[in-house]
Amino acid sequence: MSAPTTLTPMSSATDLKVVRGGWPSLAGGGVLAAIVVFLAAAPWFVFSPGDVTNLVTLFALIILGTTWNLMAGYGGLVSIGQQAFIGAGGYGVIKLADVVGLPIPVAVLAAGVVCALLALPTSFLLFRLVGGYFAIGTWVVAEVFKLVTQELPGFGGGSGLSLTAFQGVDRVTRIATVYYLALVLAVAVVLATYLLMRSRVGLGLTAIRDDSVAAASLGVAVRRSQRLVYVAASGGAGLAGALIAVNGLRVSPGSMFSVQYTAFMIFIVVIGGLGTIEGPILGAVIFFALQQLLDAYGTWYLIALGAIAIAVVLLAPRGLWGLAARGRYEIFPLGHRVHPPRQ
Amino acid sequence: MTSAPLSLEASSGAPAGALLEAEGLAKAFGQVVTARSVSFHVAPGEALGIVGPNGAGKSTLLNLVTGTLPVDAGAIRFDGADVTHTPAARRTALGIGRTFQVPRPFEGLTVFENVLVGSTFGAGMRRREASEKAWQALETAGLTHLANTAAGSLRLLDRKRLELARALATQPRLLLLDEIAGGLTEHELPALIETISAIRDSGTGVVWIEHIVHALLQVVDRLMCLAQGDVVATGDPREVMASDAVAAVYLGSADPEGEAL
Ligand SMILES: Nc1ncnc2c1ncn2[C@@H]1O[C@H](COP(=O)(O)OP(=O)(O)OP(=O)(O)O)[C@@H](O)[C@H]1O
Ligand SMILES: [Mg+2]
Repeated sequence: MSAPTTLTPMSSATDLKVVRGGWPSLAGGGVLAAIVVFLAAAPWFVFSPGDVTNLVTLFALIILGTTWNLMAGYGGLVSIGQQAFIGAGGYGVIKLADVVGLPIPVAVLAAGVVCALLALPTSFLLFRLVGGYFAIGTWVVAEVFKLVTQELPGFGGGSGLSLTAFQGVDRVTRIATVYYLALVLAVAVVLATYLLMRSRVGLGLTAIRDDSVAAASLGVAVRRSQRLVYVAASGGAGLAGALIAVNGLRVSPGSMFSVQYTAFMIFIVVIGGLGTIEGPILGAVIFFALQQLLDAYGTWYLIALGAIAIAVVLLAPRGLWGLAARGRYEIFPLGHRVHPPRQ
Repeated sequence: MTSAPLSLEASSGAPAGALLEAEGLAKAFGQVVTARSVSFHVAPGEALGIVGPNGAGKSTLLNLVTGTLPVDAGAIRFDGADVTHTPAARRTALGIGRTFQVPRPFEGLTVFENVLVGSTFGAGMRRREASEKAWQALETAGLTHLANTAAGSLRLLDRKRLELARALATQPRLLLLDEIAGGLTEHELPALIETISAIRDSGTGVVWIEHIVHALLQVVDRLMCLAQGDVVATGDPREVMASDAVAAVYLGSADPEGEAL
């Protein structure tokens, strides 16, 4: 029998170096930080109140894209029913502010927490379904949420609710409150997603994204990880819904529980780049820009969105971020580069 | 084919102290029976080889042991504990590591990161320790030069090496290998044989499915032959290969009517 030499490493691995990120990533992060600082200062001298209100939509889209990508891009859970939690967040924030009397920022956060809590029992129902059945199931859940909301006493039936907590607050204060809340939450959601993906949970999720059977065979608790991202993504959808509600000052079942949100999220993530942190941010900016440019053209706007999505899927299957970065550049470094020990 | 399996062993039951005991495992895909009532055992530091014609149910058996597929009937004990219905990830954490016959790399991750998944989750290691374990597994599998390469761009042989490295990084007490040598040249075989022998000699139980019988015979302590979901023979490797029952299976596999029997 051969001696077990092959099991003892030839070199000591104690001076093994594992590097994540570097100057290029720091530079990219610096640019992003500068943009955030600019956005924080801009309302005072650049943007009109209308622009400020519009930008809240962009921040909500960034939250929606980032969390949908976390769930679908990394967790492999293709939900087409996150509007369940967008709606629950929207109605929730109005009830929490107007009935419970929470200050708006607290009510928005609480609405996100409520949605995450709602997602937990829902996951036990939905996770019995696989693949396409899971997707359909999420839509069914969203429709149930919508119907229940319409029927519940005090939720305004088919016409919905208006936010009254802002009555008596002057317009500038109101707009500024919502703007900064949305900016802070968008930054927080992106950073939290990045930190999660950098942790061991993130390594497991990336493995699940590529091959869930192999991931399980290496010890990754697939179901538990998926439940975590489903609950987190639903909390994110709730935050976004709450922001949309306090920005628009009213909610209706038709708008808040609209499947259109799912179409937007998929568009954002697919054109930006599925399974990357940067992709959904880029996708949200592009989607927002298209929305602003083409809004006046009605149906043509939707046709243009569809055509762009098809073109990107065919020409850049890894999204525009994937095309630009070619898998080599990350602003949010998740990859590991290992440098062998010196002999 | 339905006659009692030939046993070339002194006692057919699992000896005390077995690492893995599989009893009466059964699995069918619709009409196709891939395991009828398969029983076998592996001790720590023992290597069991599995041979059998294509479609015999070898890979399926491995999937039952790891929990990748649920059993229809039967029981699996690992280190004395019943794991028949334990989820696959948990079994890995307990010490059952495996490779896939058709490699399943995480294509978007680097080779090093692929292996890091094994040491982080399978072996439950923290960052530093997990990285060192992963590197060590890459050294054993001869893959360190590709550590920072995207796993999706590997050729088949390196994908197989990656399967081995990932499984080793989980720190298995039982290692299940599915046709890990397929595609290696005669020149490359000895190194793999030496590696697997060393793993076995370090006290790990090994189950090795392989069509390259001469390679298998250099390592395994016992051999099991499967055909159409049945155990045809188990026991001393050379005696099993020389037995009439096994000869009939291989002749019969060329003749679907099984007239050789
Ligand atoms: N998931 C599945 N669904 C349906 N049939 C399956 C499945 N997996 C395996 N089979 C069938 O079960 C039988 C045994 O397959 P298995 O892969 O276990 O054979 P094997 O002994 O590993 O063969 P090989 O030497 O070719 O790898 C084959 O007929 C195969 O087609
Ligand atoms: Mg097989």
